[in-house]
Amino acid sequence: MTDFYSGFWGVYIAVIVIASLIWLAYLLKSQTVLKLKKGETAEVLHHKWDEDLQEFNNPLPAWWVGLFILTIVFAVGYLIFYPGLVVFGNVWNWTSTGQYQKEVAKADDKYGPLYNKFINLPIPEVAKSAEARDMGKRLFGTYCIQCHGVDARGAKGFPNLTDADWLYGGEPAKIEKTIAAGRHGAMPAFGAAFGEEKIKDVANFVIKLSGRPHNELRAARGEATFKQVCAACHTPAGTGNQDVGAPNLTDKIWLYGGSEATIIETVTNGRNNVMPAWKEFLGDGKVHVLAGYVYSLSHSETK
Amino acid sequence: MDNQATYNYKVVRQFALMTVVWGIVGMLLGVLIASQLVWPDLNFGPYFHFGRLRALHTSGVIFAFGGCGLIATSYYVVQRTCNVRLISDKLAAFTFWGYQAVIVACVITYPLGITFNKEYAEMEWPIKILLAIVWVAYAIVFFGTIAKRKVKHIYVANWFYGAFILAVTLLHVVNSAFIPVTMWKSYSAYAGAVDAMVQWWYGHNAVGFFLTAGFLGMMYYFVPKQAGRPIYSYRLSVVHFWALSFTYMWAGPHHLHYTALPDWTQSLGMVFSVILLAPSWGGMINGIMTLSGAWHKLRTDPILKFLITALSFYGMSTFEGPMMAIKTVNALSHYTDWTVGHVHSGALGWVAMITIGSMYYLIPRLFNRDQMHSVKLIEVHFWMATLGTVLYISSMWIAGVTQGLMWRAVNPDGTLTYAFIDAVKATHPYYFVRALGGLCFLGGMVLMLYNVLRTVTEGKAVDARIPAVAAHA
Ligand code: HEC
Ligand code: HEC
Ligand code: HEM
Ligand code: HEM
Repeated sequence: MTDFYSGFWGVYIAVIVIASLIWLAYLLKSQTVLKLKKGETAEVLHHKWDEDLQEFNNPLPAWWVGLFILTIVFAVGYLIFYPGLVVFGNVWNWTSTGQYQKEVAKADDKYGPLYNKFINLPIPEVAKSAEARDMGKRLFGTYCIQCHGVDARGAKGFPNLTDADWLYGGEPAKIEKTIAAGRHGAMPAFGAAFGEEKIKDVANFVIKLSGRPHNELRAARGEATFKQVCAACHTPAGTGNQDVGAPNLTDKIWLYGGSEATIIETVTNGRNNVMPAWKEFLGDGKVHVLAGYVYSLSHSETK
Repeated sequence: MDNQATYNYKVVRQFALMTVVWGIVGMLLGVLIASQLVWPDLNFGPYFHFGRLRALHTSGVIFAFGGCGLIATSYYVVQRTCNVRLISDKLAAFTFWGYQAVIVACVITYPLGITFNKEYAEMEWPIKILLAIVWVAYAIVFFGTIAKRKVKHIYVANWFYGAFILAVTLLHVVNSAFIPVTMWKSYSAYAGAVDAMVQWWYGHNAVGFFLTAGFLGMMYYFVPKQAGRPIYSYRLSVVHFWALSFTYMWAGPHHLHYTALPDWTQSLGMVFSVILLAPSWGGMINGIMTLSGAWHKLRTDPILKFLITALSFYGMSTFEGPMMAIKTVNALSHYTDWTVGHVHSGALGWVAMITIGSMYYLIPRLFNRDQMHSVKLIEVHFWMATLGTVLYISSMWIAGVTQGLMWRAVNPDGTLTYAFIDAVKATHPYYFVRALGGLCFLGGMVLMLYNVLRTVTEGKAVDARIPAVAAHA
C-alpha cells in the first residue's frame, strides 16, 4: 500500500484528515458561545415533546470542552511525529517495520552472545553443558513444544525426539541440519494406482515386517508389491532410509500408527509432513544450542 | 377504534416482549459458552461447539435482544415525540415478522456451521438479503413517521435513532458485499488487508451506531421521562451528536493495530479513537446531569438506578476504549480477555442495563398499567445485574492483564518465561468467576421475564390516544 504515500491519494487523505480536525474544532467553538454568569441558571427551551419532555440550554461544561481540545491537540501532535498525514511524511520517519527491526537488532545484541559462545563447541559437548541444556530447553519451550510436546515425546505425525529412532538420523550433524534447514517427509499416495485389495495386501506385509499377527496370504501377495514399489524408499528389508526420511517399518515405533487401518490410510492417501526451517529465524547460535539440547534428550550419558 | 387517533402500540408490544425473550436466550448462550471455557467437556458434538455457539451468542444479544429493544423503543418514541401514528401498520408488522425470521434463520444456520465468517456478520447471503429488506422497511416506517410529525422540532432521541438506522443500512450493505458460490456459501467481495479494514470499519461502527447511537436514543427519552427532569443541555446534545457520528467512522483501525494495515491507517484510527472520548462523555454527562435536582429519586427508584448505572458503565467503557486504542496499550491488551472485559462493560453495563431500565418503564405503559407488577423485583434485578457485571468485567480485566504480561515475559536469555498453556491455566479461575457473574446476570433476566409476564396478564393491551399537540410545541 505504499502507493498511498505519494501522489493523489497521499494528498487526498492528508487534506481530509486536516479538514476533519479543523471541522471538529469549529463544531466545538460554534457551540461554546453561551456562558452563564455566576449564580445564573440555564433557561428551559420552549419546545416540548410528548407532554413533558424539555431541554435546558446549559452551556457546555468547561472541563469537557478542555478535554475535547486536549484530544484534538494530541491528535495533531501525534500526526506530526507518526505517519498519518501520508504525503507529508512524519518527523520521526517512524515505520512499524523499522520499529520491529530495531527491536530485533537490540535483542540480538543483548542475547546473541549468550548463544554464540557455544558455536564452536561440538554438539555432544554442548549437550554436556548444564547451562546450554537449560537454555536449549527454554528455546524448545518457546519454539518447538507446539508440535513436539512439552516432553519432546511428540504426537501423531510429530516424531518423538527422546528415543533412539530417527527419521533423518540422530548424529549431531544430522540433528543440526534438520533444525537449521527443516525437513519435508513425502510419502506418495497409492490409492488410485493400487485399489483397495492391493493396499490391504501390502499393509499386511508391513505388519509382518514388524513381527505382528497378520493375514499370511495377503502378506505374501503384498511382499511382491513392497519389493517392487516401496523398497525404493523403505529399502527391501523395510528398515527405512534416513536420506529421504522414510521410516523404519520393522520396529514398533510409528509416526502415524501401526494398525491395519492407519497403514491403509497412509498408503492410500500418502503423507506430507513438514518440519520448519529455523536457521534464518533463530540464527546459528540458537540452532546449535537447540541441537545440543535435542541430542541430550536421547543420550542420558550427557546429563 | 379510529386508527388515526391512537398510537400503534401493537408492534411496540411485540418487539418489547421479544426483547426479553431474546435477552434470555442470548445470555443463556453466553453463560453456556462461558461455562465451556471453564469445563471444555460441555462442548457437545459439532453443533453445540463453542466456535459455533459463540457467534450465536453475539448475534443473539446484539441483534436479537439489543435490536428488538431498539426497534421497540424507537417505534414508541418516534410516535410519542412526533404526535403521530406510525405511517404504516402493515409495514411495521412486516418489520416485526421479517426481523424475527432473520433471527430464527440465524439460530438454525449458525449451529449447522453455515457462516459468512465475518464477526457480527456471520449470516449467509440469503439471510443478509432478507435483513437488508427488513431494515429498509424499518427505515421507511421510522423516517416516514418523522416526516409526518405534528411537532415542528425533531426530538433529540430521534436524531440518534435516525443516525443508527442510516448508518446500519450503510454498514450492512457495504460489509456484506458477497460472491455467492452455493445457496449457503458465499465469500467476501474484498480480499486481504482491504477485507480486514472493511470488516472493522463495519465492526467498530456496529459498536458506534448499533450499540451506542441507538441506545443513546433510548437514553434521551427514558432518562428525562423517568427522572421527570428536562435534558441537561441542548447544546451539548448538538455537539456530541455530530462529533460522535463523525468520529466513529474513523476509528475502525484500532482493531487492527500492528497488522498488515498500513501504518498511516493505524495512526488515524488511533488518534480519532482518542478524540472519541469527548463526544462519548458528552452523552454520559447529558444523561447523568439530567438528574441534577432529582438525585434523591435514585434512592427509591430502581428503574432510574438501571438507567444511571448504565450511563456510568457507558462512561467507563468509553474511557477504557480510547486508552486501549493507543498502540502501546493495545500491544498488551490485544488478543487477551481484557478486550472481552471491555466488550461486556459496554454490553452488560451499558447496552443491557439501559435496555432493561427502558423496558421496565415501557412495558407497563403498553399494557395500560402505571408500573410493573413488582417494583421490589426490579430492585432485586438491579442488584443482580450490577453484581453480575462487576464479577464479569473485573475477572476479565485481571485475566486479560495476566495473559498480556505472561505472554510478553522473557527469561534473561530472551526465551519466553511461560508457555501458552501456562497462561491458559492461570486464566482458568477467572473464567469460573466470569461464568458465575454471567449466571447472576441471567438470573436477573429470569426475574424480569416473570415480572413482565405478571404485568402483561394483569394488564390489558391498550393503544394510547394521541393527544392534541401542545400550543408551543
Ligand atoms: C510446526 C510443527 C513443528 C515445529 C514447530 C517443530 N517441529 Fe520438529 N518436526 C516436525 C515434524 C512434522 C517432523 C517430522 C518431519 C517428517 O515427518 O518428515 C519434525 C522432525 C524433527 C526432527 C527430526 C526427528 C527425526 O526423527 O529425525 C527434529 C530433530 C526436530 N523436529 C526438532 C525440532 C526442534 C528443535 C524444533 C524447535 C526449534 C522443532 N522441531 C519444531 C514438526 C515441527
Ligand atoms: C518416495 C518414497 C516412498 C515410497 C515409494 C514409499 N514410501 Fe512410505 N514413506 C515415505 C516417507 C518419506 C514416509 C514418512 C512420511 C512422513 O514423514 O510423514 C513414509 C511413511 C510410511 C508409513 C508410515 C510409517 C509410520 O511410522 O507411521 C508407512 C506405513 C509407509 N510409508 C508404507 C509404505 C508402503 C507400504 C509403500 C509402498 C506401497 C511406501 N511406503 C512407499 C516414503 C516412501
Ligand atoms: C449473561 C451474560 C453474558 C455472558 C455470560 C457472556 C459471555 C460471553 C463469552 C464467554 C464470550 C466469548 C469470549 C471469548 O471468546 O473468550 C462472549 C463474547 C461476546 N459477548 Fe457476551 N456474554 C453475556 C452477555 C452479553 C451481552 C448482553 C452482550 C451484548 C449486548 C454481549 C456481547 C458479546 C460480544 C460482542 C462478544 C464478542 C467479544 C469479542 O469478540 O471480543 N454479551 N460473551
Ligand atoms: C470511545 C469509545 C470506544 C473506543 C475508542 C473503543 C475502543 C476499542 C478498542 C481499542 C478495542 C480493542 C480492539 C482490539 O484490540 O482487538 C475495542 C473492542 C471492542 N469494543 Fe470498544 N471502544 C469504545 C466503546 C465501546 C462500547 C461503548 C462498546 C459496547 C457497547 C464497545 C464494544 C466493543 C466490542 C464488541 C469490541 C470487541 C471487538 C472484537 O474484537 O470482536 N466499545 N474497543
